[in-house]
Amino acid sequence: MDNALWAFGRVSGIISLVLFTGTVLVGVLARSGRPLLVVPRFSVTLIHRNIALLATAFLVLHVGSLMLDSYAKLNVTDVVVPFLGPFRPFWQGLGTVAFDLVLAVVVTSLLRHRIGPRTFRAVHWFTYAMWPIALAHAIGNGTNGTSRWFLLLAAGSAAVVVGALAWRVSANFLETAKTRQGGLL
Amino acid sequence: MSETLHIDWTRCDGRGLCTELLPTLLDRDDWGYPLAKRATNGDRSNVAVRPAHSEAAREAVYLCPKMALSLANQVAGFGQ
Repeated sequence: MDNALWAFGRVSGIISLVLFTGTVLVGVLARSGRPLLVVPRFSVTLIHRNIALLATAFLVLHVGSLMLDSYAKLNVTDVVVPFLGPFRPFWQGLGTVAFDLVLAVVVTSLLRHRIGPRTFRAVHWFTYAMWPIALAHAIGNGTNGTSRWFLLLAAGSAAVVVGALAWRVSANFLETAKTRQGGLL
Repeated sequence: MSETLHIDWTRCDGRGLCTELLPTLLDRDDWGYPLAKRATNGDRSNVAVRPAHSEAAREAVYLCPKMALSLANQVAGFGQ
């Protein structure tokens, strides 16, 4: 049972990271206002939300299994307050920071219509901090963090996220960018 | 019961989700913004929603990325 918790704690962290990478990519696409081939815009938004919630579920399982595991022995303080853990406190603390940011982003997203667009967007921007922090936590704290295959996965993920960001800040990012710029030329 | 879909133009950014969900009520202009197909008294900010489109309108309100839409029950004499 104990080995199972440890193994599951590790693999659920990796699954969560991969799903969060997907969430960021689909989120950037949703922000562009573009459909995805035959997938309409409102579906892209729903896919973004659902991958995010799935990633969060795996994150909760990742943290939960390592709280129950007798080797990792995470306690409630480790989960909420960063940099206090006994094992690699800095790298584990990054995971705690990412977890807290995810909680803030998920709660403000689910309460989006109550808190209004300004607060929602301000907190949602923290995703861009959360993702690299989570990646650093995976590399620095993960048992497989510096394995060749994981570093390849991390490099590939970083490349597509950086690519998405470059697209995000480019002039023709919005679907309607060309039309809207038209009047100025 | 008839409802009215209100478009808050100070929030709308023309992302196009509502025009996908309500193709019978809304067109999309060249800049991406929604256009009421049948404007009541020339009012393009308050679009009448028949019961058949009520569910889709609710989804549009929920999913609008800019939270620019709201639904209200239509009051007699609305749109003066």
